[in-house]
Amino acid sequence: MDRISDIFASKKPLVVFTTAGYPDPARSEEGIVAAIENGADIIELGVPFSDPMADGPVIAAASQQTAERGFSMNDVLALAGRIRARFPRVGLILFSYMNPMLHFGYDALCAELARIGVDGVLPVDLPLEERDELLGPCRKHGLHMIPLVSPLTPPDRIREIVDGMTGFVYYINVAGVTGARRGLPPDYPQLVEQVKKLTSLPVASGFGIADAETAAEAVRYADGVISGSGFVKALAAGVKEAAEFVRMLSTATASAS
Amino acid sequence: MNTHYGIYGGRYVAETLTGALRELEKAYFDAKRDASFQAELDDLLENYVGRESPLYFAKRLTEHCGGARIYLKREDLNHTGAHKVNNTIGQALLARRMGKKRLIAETGAGMHGVATATVAALFGMECEVFMGEVDVARQAPNVDRMHALGAKVRSIKEGSRTLKDAMNAALREWTATSGDTFYLIGTAAGPYPYPMIVKDFQSVIGRETRRQCLDRCGRLPDEVVACVGGGSNAIGMFAGFLDDPGVRLVGAEAGGLGIESGMHAASINGGRVGILHGMKAYFLQDANGQMLDTHSVSAGLDYSGVGPEHCYLADTKRARYTVVTDEEAVAAFDLLCRLEGIIPALESSHAVAQAVKDAPGLGPDGIIVVNLSGRGDKDMDNIKTYKVNHGQDL
Repeated sequence: MDRISDIFASKKPLVVFTTAGYPDPARSEEGIVAAIENGADIIELGVPFSDPMADGPVIAAASQQTAERGFSMNDVLALAGRIRARFPRVGLILFSYMNPMLHFGYDALCAELARIGVDGVLPVDLPLEERDELLGPCRKHGLHMIPLVSPLTPPDRIREIVDGMTGFVYYINVAGVTGARRGLPPDYPQLVEQVKKLTSLPVASGFGIADAETAAEAVRYADGVISGSGFVKALAAGVKEAAEFVRMLSTATASAS
Repeated sequence: MNTHYGIYGGRYVAETLTGALRELEKAYFDAKRDASFQAELDDLLENYVGRESPLYFAKRLTEHCGGARIYLKREDLNHTGAHKVNNTIGQALLARRMGKKRLIAETGAGMHGVATATVAALFGMECEVFMGEVDVARQAPNVDRMHALGAKVRSIKEGSRTLKDAMNAALREWTATSGDTFYLIGTAAGPYPYPMIVKDFQSVIGRETRRQCLDRCGRLPDEVVACVGGGSNAIGMFAGFLDDPGVRLVGAEAGGLGIESGMHAASINGGRVGILHGMKAYFLQDANGQMLDTHSVSAGLDYSGVGPEHCYLADTKRARYTVVTDEEAVAAFDLLCRLEGIIPALESSHAVAQAVKDAPGLGPDGIIVVNLSGRGDKDMDNIKTYKVNHGQDL
């Protein structure tokens, strides 16, 4: 089995998103190391972009500031390579808006990701209708392309989205941008259960997960949880804060699952 | 349904927004088949907007240029002072049909914001306009107009604080509120179906111009010229002539301080293919694929991208896209003021400048139509500042 499937087979993993290169290259790397050492099973490495239109204030600011400082796709790849060399078993997903990937070249990017040992790609702004242009290169190089499903996605469309995909399904808990609210909406359990019925892939749940209680609640239904804005905010305060944040979530996730 | 123009267009948005786009697409095609929708639109265009707008022969400008006869399509005479209202009326009717209670919009120069605030008042809807902080400052009269019309204006302080960032903010807002909120996009850009919808509502410009030109001149023009930021007035004008291969279509992009300076907003002439705001199109980007800040004396053209159909028309060479600098646009502004008694918007002044360049080459038998997309009242402060900074007489 591949690395991502192994991880989901063994536990309900904690997935941590961070903007690569934020708040600066050194602390970004230290933060990722701290996250892994404190229980993060999968890291989503966010590629900095000038126009992060699906993100709320915390990640949007991190993304724009880091992009402005010139932290490029090559820098993200180098960082991913160092993390992979140090942590052979951690899951690594490249999380990106389409433009930086298009600019780099889909095929060249996927080849490089595969060579480094990144497990997959999560394109933020690439819905079902347009996804073939990136899915081809991902498959060619043996990378997962992580599909996203939102609370507004109807069942028929969920079926189409997950059909033939690998890795895991990213369930967006809240209709909105990242980091906009904390906690889960009241219909969360039914909606996650519905997605799980429609796919054989594990379903990880993200958006709004920034405290132990919410993480524990989410993981009662989902196969894993994802935290993004909360971690980025903690890392802006310091590597120690980021480590504590991840330990808090991983403890909550482990005891609930 | 064809959602692309060649490789351009598409709907590159987060999954959360795809439902709202499908809902919009369906509502639009339903409305198109409904004769009463078209009848209400036509009635408002005639009696509220004041269409049709005149096709005016600019005699003194023609004599000055010494070549082709120059006609102006007077979109500046529309209610609210620009072509933007053609589209906002259509989309607001659509919003009402879909049961939406609130309109949101992005705006650069503020003309689309005013046109959206206007229709929100007309239909009794809530309205919030997203506008970059830089534009809020340089287009203050339009901010006042939006407030007077009962709209909220949200000043966007991130990124380059212009149209691109206003659009990011509006898309974020819509991602969270699409249940009761209609996103009224003002230019022929964004994710499908917006480029198609905006073109359809603006194509009244080209349809009227084609008929007026045939009536007045007994033939089609040799060239139609429009300024291109996102490209809504241009695509509306071009739509009337796409099937007339003898009519040259010319789009004037904002050259700012000149392409070589890097300080411009000419996405087709100076950009490369990218993905933003839901579409694949030409964008101004740096070596890392980050979108660049733009520069133009005209806020309405200050956008790092351009609508997908323009990209396609450029690649297939059906339309020609030129570059007009700030200096040339301001000179054309002066010319039109002094020779014709018409104060054009700085955006439209780019198109006038292009016509001034092209007229001599076409000779006295030639006909050029300029889409005078808006009036320049909103630009008086900018013109004054520009002239003071460049040591010109006011």
